[in-house]
Amino acid sequence: MTQHWIDIKNANAILIMGSNAAEHHPISFKWVLKAKEAGAVVMHVDPKFSRTSARCDFHVPLRSGTDIAFLGGMVRYILEKKKYFHEYVVEYTNAAFLVGKDFNFKDGLFAGYDPATRKYDQKKWAFEVDGKGTPKRDKTLSDPRCVFQLLKKHYDRYTLDKVSSTTGVSKENLLKVYEIYAATGAPDKAGTMMYALGWTQHSVGVQNIRLAAVIQLLLGNIGVAGGGINALRGEPNVQGSTDHAILWDNLPGYHAVPTTNWPTLEAYNKANTPKIADPMSPNWLSNRPKYLVSLLKGWFGDAAKPENGFGYDWLPKVDPGVTYASLFLFDKMYQGKIHGGFIFGHNPAQSMPNTHKIRKSLGNLDWLVVGEVHHTETTDFWRGPGVDPKKVKTEVILLPACQRGEKDGTISNSGRWHMWHHKGVEPRGESRSMGFMIVEMLKKIRELYRAEKGAFPEPILNLDWYESYDADLLARKTNGWFTRDAKVNGREFKKGDQVPSFTFLTDDGATVSLNWLYSGAYPAIGQNLTMRRDHTQTPMQAKLGLFPNFAWCWPVNRRIIYNRASVDLQGKPFNPNLPVIAWQDGKWVGDVPDGPWPPMGMEGGKYPFIMQTEGMGQLYGPGRVDGPFPEHYEPYETPLARNPFSKQLSNPCVQLPKSDMDKLARPADPRYPIVLTTYSVTEHWCGGGDTRNTPALLEAEPQLYVEMSVELARERGIKNGDVVEIESIRGKVQAVAMVTVRMTPFKVEGKIVHLIGMPFCFGWTTPGVGDATNRLTPSVGDPNTSIPEYKACLVNVHKAKKVTELER
Amino acid sequence: MPKTFLIDTTRCTACRGCQIACKEWKGFPSVHTKQTGTHQNPPDLGPYNYKLVRFKEYKMKNRVEWLFFPEQCRHCIEPGCKAGADDVVPGAIIQDPATGAVIYTELTKKLTEKQAEDIRAMCPYNIPRWDKKEGKLTKCDMCIDRLQAGMVPACVKVCCTGCMNFGERDAMLELGRKRLALVQKTTPKAQLLDPDDVNVIYLVSEDRKLYHEYAERSTQPAREMTRQELLAKAAKPLRSLLG
Repeated sequence: MTQHWIDIKNANAILIMGSNAAEHHPISFKWVLKAKEAGAVVMHVDPKFSRTSARCDFHVPLRSGTDIAFLGGMVRYILEKKKYFHEYVVEYTNAAFLVGKDFNFKDGLFAGYDPATRKYDQKKWAFEVDGKGTPKRDKTLSDPRCVFQLLKKHYDRYTLDKVSSTTGVSKENLLKVYEIYAATGAPDKAGTMMYALGWTQHSVGVQNIRLAAVIQLLLGNIGVAGGGINALRGEPNVQGSTDHAILWDNLPGYHAVPTTNWPTLEAYNKANTPKIADPMSPNWLSNRPKYLVSLLKGWFGDAAKPENGFGYDWLPKVDPGVTYASLFLFDKMYQGKIHGGFIFGHNPAQSMPNTHKIRKSLGNLDWLVVGEVHHTETTDFWRGPGVDPKKVKTEVILLPACQRGEKDGTISNSGRWHMWHHKGVEPRGESRSMGFMIVEMLKKIRELYRAEKGAFPEPILNLDWYESYDADLLARKTNGWFTRDAKVNGREFKKGDQVPSFTFLTDDGATVSLNWLYSGAYPAIGQNLTMRRDHTQTPMQAKLGLFPNFAWCWPVNRRIIYNRASVDLQGKPFNPNLPVIAWQDGKWVGDVPDGPWPPMGMEGGKYPFIMQTEGMGQLYGPGRVDGPFPEHYEPYETPLARNPFSKQLSNPCVQLPKSDMDKLARPADPRYPIVLTTYSVTEHWCGGGDTRNTPALLEAEPQLYVEMSVELARERGIKNGDVVEIESIRGKVQAVAMVTVRMTPFKVEGKIVHLIGMPFCFGWTTPGVGDATNRLTPSVGDPNTSIPEYKACLVNVHKAKKVTELER
Repeated sequence: MPKTFLIDTTRCTACRGCQIACKEWKGFPSVHTKQTGTHQNPPDLGPYNYKLVRFKEYKMKNRVEWLFFPEQCRHCIEPGCKAGADDVVPGAIIQDPATGAVIYTELTKKLTEKQAEDIRAMCPYNIPRWDKKEGKLTKCDMCIDRLQAGMVPACVKVCCTGCMNFGERDAMLELGRKRLALVQKTTPKAQLLDPDDVNVIYLVSEDRKLYHEYAERSTQPAREMTRQELLAKAAKPLRSLLG
């Protein structure tokens, strides 16, 4: 989230789209309802009428996978009706930048597409720059090649008729949302967008969010109170785990993973440290080498020296252009190219798409170690439905993990609040924390390396490893400390002092920090700020619902990021009633500002979007691999034979593992005419491994169901409560029919498209509840993130002839 | 001064935190349930479910209404059930003077199943349930143990949206009036259900009948009727239940 949970209350309009906030982030609704009580209009745009919709002002049903069409229509509306915040757009976004002559867009494809590799040459999308490399600007926004004019041209095609016919949303409903939301373009109004996996889990997932950001920038809703792009991160510490690089493609703190193209630290820094001549752009990531070296020092301690690139030389380097994401990891496993591995706190045999393939892949391993609290479909895959344990060669070792309440540690919530949690009870039986498992295992591995050597012992033996797992020590090291006496920014520090914040990290080995973003959370021994529960605030902060002394927030305890965009060029808040920061008597008051510099219009002032190289919000985003402007493409499995917007039916850069089990339905496949969308449910957590073993929760949501419209049920002769079979080209699943007025058939391109929805949390290890919904879903990945397209695929449904998967 | 709940259903997201917290605080075992085509589960209140979120959905003109009703004992000011029990096993049902909580004691074990059924029939909201295993009558006790320890009921503690409110009766009536005025701005037919008769007051925005069969008070308050009249009226919901 650019904001934090409480800030939702400050919104004048709330667009919940791509999320079922009330069900999956119940606490969020405390603040949504506060906003509503204060007069905000709360809108839910989603395929299904859910518990969220029930508490909104209104619900707008939308065909799954058509969010870009819907939002593109909104961009058109905002531009046509001149609802954008002109000053903000000109001064704080790249609207005025000129785009190079190589850029074009023709019939669904941007310039530079190579059909053979299914990749773009992104250089074709570059800005036109002056002699120093700074993008040229036309602040009148009239140059036909300025971003603003290109944006206008791009979305001019998103007419009400076309958007309505693509999304299945009535024109009346489209206009209703557009009008209410676009009204937040007024300088003193704010609209917030709340999204989650309903936007990300598509083959255009990243572009869904990009387009939301475009709208928020046009309306001047980023950086202000009650605005922002708010990714509702989940209970599994999603925020913390991405910050600390749970994903394969980055290192902790969002540094790109090293590739063989960058064999040395110098090469890495050259490629990953952005440069800009414009002195007004803070270009914060120019500091990256300091953060990376501090991370390497954290990993390799005294062994990290300039001559070995502070240990960079020992890091594994991936092959450039190759995706190592889980979709492809399991594909390799399926091909027999992976022999063993570790799975911690993850149940892929239940929650990865095309589960039949995943389950088969696990059986190709020689050995598998799983750290888990309960037996799951993954720990027990070798005795799953249709599997003969005698024929499974995999040696599975289950390490019993303890629960959250049984260990100390931190969790990062959606609002980037870094919060300590204290152990409540001792772990049961022989269960241990996963941190303990890692520390102890590596101690043993290091012993073996010491005794037996090995092909490449340096990365293992040079690690600055631990005697035992200690959450407090790791919190201190994540913040960082000085490795020697040093003077930084004019301040003297002693060896062993904690680093006060990331502005004191260095690239010469004088500092350690396991994650620069978290530097400042533990600024001195005895000062673990994540433990703070202090409600003290200034009257200005009280108005906002901002609690600077409660826990700690990255970065540098800034609660609303990009907050320099909430004030005008002189530092005066756009919304005088709810100022986030304000320039008063030569200093900033309110939240921690995005950098100490004076307002942009004053001597020494800087641009507000400090993480962007050019310092501007990106209406035009040349950094994404599938296009600088979001464009509507159909889901890979689509009920339509043609894309109403272009000849390019699906995302041209979509990621598709290729194996005999990765079958995909044809566009408008008559065998599978129905759209399936999948989701979580309040009562169960992710794949359900935990919550199916929590009796009171299983009592409330006991078995797999499929929500379908009254119209579809009538067509198929299905009654509420019947057991039905849902079939995709990849598998069949039985579920109880929930026939409901909350599901709606969509009128799309002149035909009726039915959509059904299923939770994915029920699996065979809990007897009689049903088995993985993901046996139906495809291995189709977003080109930027490889996130699977769980939200839209094609199926058919009919009454089950014989009930085999559910207790009746 | 009795304690009162204000249950503002216009703020309920049916997260069922209350339903689960109730069970967990009481240490009740889970009930074996099945999916039958609704999110409401278990299907009904029971000896291990004193609190149940009821789900009802309707296709109205141009919109869908999904109504949530976190049901529990209303802790009537003049509880019909208590009047009934007093006649057969005094002390089986008591009313805590400090809180107004209507409490079913272990003495309900002395009731015959028939007597319990008669008492059940006297509840205008169809709340009490017979625990066959233990042979006693059961329902919500306002978390009297928590109240006596200075805590709020478990269902209130866990509610994150402001649907479940609990406090002094005056304060809750005041809050109810305020919330009602606010809700009525958009849904004029909103109302507080039986605020003069009960200590668990619901705020609803639609016709009360739409929430649940027994959301409608099927008898008049006990104090306005003779005992015979009360019995005759009170038997009605039971009869309709039996069809």
